[in-house]
Amino acid sequence: MVLQFTEHGIYCPAGDFYIDPWKPVDRALITHGHADHARWGHKHYLATDAAAPVMKHRLGDVSLESVAYDTKMQIGGATVSFHPAGHVPGSAQIRVDVGGEVWVAAGDYKVVDDGLSEAFEPIPCHAFITESTFALPVFKWTAQSELKRQLNGWWAENRAAGKVSIIGAYSLGKAQRVMAALDDQGPILCHAAIENTNAVLRAQGVPLPDTVLVTAETDRKAFPGAMVICPPSAIGSAWARKFGPQSTAFASGWMALRGIRRRRAVDRGFIMSDHADWPGLNTAIAATGAEKVFVTHGYTSVFTRWLREQGYDAHIVDSGYQGETLDDGEEA
Amino acid sequence: MKDFAQLFMAIDQTTKTNAKVAAMRAYFETADPRDKLWTIALFSGRRPKRAVNTTLLRSWAAELAGIPLWLFEESYPIVGDLAETIALVLPDNGSSDDLPLHEWIAFQQALTAQDEDARKAAIIDAWGRLDTTERFLFNKLLTGGFRIGISQKLMTRALAQATAQDEAEVTHKLMGDWTPETVTFESLVLANDPTSDQSRPYPFYLAYQMETEPAALGPPSDWRAEWKWDGIRGQLILRGGAHYLWSRGEDLMTDRFPELARALDFLPDGTVLDGEVLAWDHAAHRPLPFAQLQKRIGRKTVPKKLLAEAPVVLRAYDLLEDQGADIRALPYADRRARLERYIKGLPAAAPLILSEWIDFDDWDALAQIRETSRDNAAEGLMLKRAGAPYLAGRKKGDWWKWKVDPLVIDAVMIYAQSGHGRRANLFTDFTFAVWKGEELVPFTKAYSGLTDKEFREITAWVKKNTIQRFGPVRSVTPHHVFEIAFEGIQESPRHKSGVALRFPRMSRWRQDKPKEEANTYEDLLGMLEVYG
Repeated sequence: MVLQFTEHGIYCPAGDFYIDPWKPVDRALITHGHADHARWGHKHYLATDAAAPVMKHRLGDVSLESVAYDTKMQIGGATVSFHPAGHVPGSAQIRVDVGGEVWVAAGDYKVVDDGLSEAFEPIPCHAFITESTFALPVFKWTAQSELKRQLNGWWAENRAAGKVSIIGAYSLGKAQRVMAALDDQGPILCHAAIENTNAVLRAQGVPLPDTVLVTAETDRKAFPGAMVICPPSAIGSAWARKFGPQSTAFASGWMALRGIRRRRAVDRGFIMSDHADWPGLNTAIAATGAEKVFVTHGYTSVFTRWLREQGYDAHIVDSGYQGETLDDGEEA
Repeated sequence: MKDFAQLFMAIDQTTKTNAKVAAMRAYFETADPRDKLWTIALFSGRRPKRAVNTTLLRSWAAELAGIPLWLFEESYPIVGDLAETIALVLPDNGSSDDLPLHEWIAFQQALTAQDEDARKAAIIDAWGRLDTTERFLFNKLLTGGFRIGISQKLMTRALAQATAQDEAEVTHKLMGDWTPETVTFESLVLANDPTSDQSRPYPFYLAYQMETEPAALGPPSDWRAEWKWDGIRGQLILRGGAHYLWSRGEDLMTDRFPELARALDFLPDGTVLDGEVLAWDHAAHRPLPFAQLQKRIGRKTVPKKLLAEAPVVLRAYDLLEDQGADIRALPYADRRARLERYIKGLPAAAPLILSEWIDFDDWDALAQIRETSRDNAAEGLMLKRAGAPYLAGRKKGDWWKWKVDPLVIDAVMIYAQSGHGRRANLFTDFTFAVWKGEELVPFTKAYSGLTDKEFREITAWVKKNTIQRFGPVRSVTPHHVFEIAFEGIQESPRHKSGVALRFPRMSRWRQDKPKEEANTYEDLLGMLEVYG
C-alpha cells in the first residue's frame, strides 16, 4: 500500500511520513491550515508556500518547510507533490507516487472556482482519498454568480432599511470568500478572529477588499449600513447586539437545508461551502480515473455504498477530521 | 404561484414576527381572491385532499433524480422534510411557468380521478414547470401539512390589517366548517354576518399557565375557581334545531359523541356552551380515566358496546350564546348565572353537567384544595376573573390554569431517533426504561424538555454510543438518566410495560445520577396503584 490508515493518521511507509495526522508524529505533510488537519504537536511540518503563513500564525514557531504547487520532491522512496484543492487559499491535495503507483489524499476540497482559492485540479491516480462532508444528493450548491447576487441584494435591502448586515463565517476561507463576493456598497467590518487571518493573507499577496477591525473602542454606530463579518458563534452575542438594528445571516453548505437554517435562528442562510457538493464529489472522483476510493469524514457509509454501486472499489476510513460542522465549532 | 412563492420566501427569510405579518398583509392586499382564499385555508389547517401517496412520490423523485431509492431514503432523515427532500434531489430546470396557486391545487385535485401512470406523468410534468422553491411548495401541497413558519394567529392578524377589520372578528369569521370549495373570499372574509353559517363556532378563549403565586392576582373575591378537567375542550352549538360539537383544534366532532344530540331536548335553540367532553361514570358521578375517553376519540362512528362502556358528557363551564345572542362581552359571573339556570336541575339522563365552582376564602385555602386535584380526577385548578368578558384566543390576564406539579420518575435512555423539521439531524426522540432486576423495561417515549444545546450534546453522545441501528432508530449504551415528568398514569394492555403515561417529557437531565440509581419497574407499578 502506498498509503496506510493508522491510528495516528494516513501513513506512507516508503517515505516515512504522515498526511494530516491527528496524533503527534515526526513528519507531517499538511493539506491546509484548518485546525482538524493542521494539528499542534508534530516535529516537522511540510505544506504549500501559500498555506505556510496561516499555519505559522496559528501554530506559532514550529519547524515548517514549504513547497510550491506542482513541484515534485523525493521523500525516501516516495515522490510527493502538492496540487490545488480549491478548499481555502493555500489548500492542497497531496499526490504520492511509489514505484509508479499513485495515490492522492485530497484533504478537504471544492471543485467550483470561488475566485479566491487556487482552483481545484483533477490529478490522475490509482487510489483517491476523498472527504464526504456533503455526500448526499440533496446537496447542490448555488452558482457563484447567483450567490453574489443574493449576498449583495441582502446587503442593499438592509442598508435601505437602516440595518447593519451581520454574517457568520469561519475565519479562514469562508470569511474571505464572503469579502471577495461583496460589491463596493459600504464599509466592511471584521471581528478580530477574522481580521487576524485577513492580515496574514494580505501579507502574502491575496487580494482582499479594505476592512475595519472591530475593537472594544470602535464606535459601532459610526458605520451605518455596514457589513459585519464575524465567527458564527458571535451571532446573537452581546458583541453583535451592540451594532443596533440588524439582519443576521450565516454562510455554510448546511444552509441548503431549511430545518438547519431555522435552528440557527438567523434571518438568512447563504449556501456557501468550502466543500464539494454531490455533483462536485462525483465529477472529481471520476476525473481522477481512480479505481480505489477511500472515504473519510462525512456521510461515509452512504457514499461508500453509492460508489460501490458505481463500480468503484470503495472503503470507509475512520479519521480525526470534522468537515464543516453543523452547529457549534469555529473551524471548517 | 410566483407571488405565493415570494410570500413564502419573505416569511422564510426573516425571524421577525412583524416582517412576516407585513409580508402576509402585502400578499392579502394584492393577490387573486381565489389564491387568497386557498392561502387562508392552508394556514388555518384546511388541506387539500391528498392526491398521491408519498411512497409513489418518493420512487418517482428518485427515478427522475437518477438515484437509487435507498439513497433517497438515507437523505430524507437528514433533510427532515419529505417535500423538501424531493425538491432538492430533482434535477435543476431553468425556467418555470406562472400558474396561479388555485390552479395548481385544482391540478392536484384532478389527479385523484386518474390512474397511476397518468398521475405519474402529470406530477413529473409539473416538477418540470417549477423552480426549486415552487417545487417545495407544490410538494408541500401534495403531502399535506402546511407549516411553514407562520401561525394561524399571525395569518389572521395580517388578514385583519389588509381588510381593515378587528382581529377577533376575523378570527371568528374564519372558524367553522368551510372549505375553499364552499365559500368565496368575499363571503368568508368581507361579508358582515359571521352567523350566516349556523355551525360556526366562536373562537375559544385559552388560558395561560400560572407564572406566579395566586396572591399576585389580587383579592380572591375577584376570582372564581373550578377544577381543571382532563378531557377534550368542546364547544356545543345548538342552532336551527341541530347540534354541532367543535374541538379546540376546530375539528367537528359531532358524530363521534352522539350522546350530546340529546342536549336539544333540554336546552333552547340559540345556545352555545363551552365545556369539557369527559367519559363519565354516571353511577359514581365522576369522570372515567382518560384512557376510556381515548377509545372514543379515534372513532368516527361508535359501536353500541363502547357507548355503554364509555359514555360521555359535556361538563359545561361557560355560556357564549343565549337565545341566539352573542353574550361573550358580558362579565363571566353573569354568563355563569345564565348557564346555571339552564344546567342546574337537569335530569341525570341529560348529557350536560355543570362544572361547579369551588368555594374558597383565601389563596392559601385554595392552594390546599389544589393539592387534592388528583383525588378529584382533575389536573389542577382553573382561575377565572369574575368580571372578565370571553376573549378570543390565548390572552393573558383573566384566565389562568394552575396545574398540580407533575409526577416524576428517573429513567434510563435506551433508544434514540432523530427529529424532523428544525430538529432534523439532531437526536430528539428517546425511549426510556426502568429496572426490573437486571433488565431494563422500556415504558415511555419523550421528545421535549431539553434545550437545543442539550440536544446537541446528547446527539454527539448518541453518535458515539450507538449499539445497533433499526432503520431510523438506534439502540444506545444504557448510561444517561433523565427525570421524566408526566401528568397521569394508566394501565394499558397495548404497551409492553403495561402502563401508559400522560404528556411525558424530560424535566431534567440527571447527569449526577448513575444508571443503577434510576427507578424500578416496581416503583412504576406503585405509581399506577396510587394515581392510576
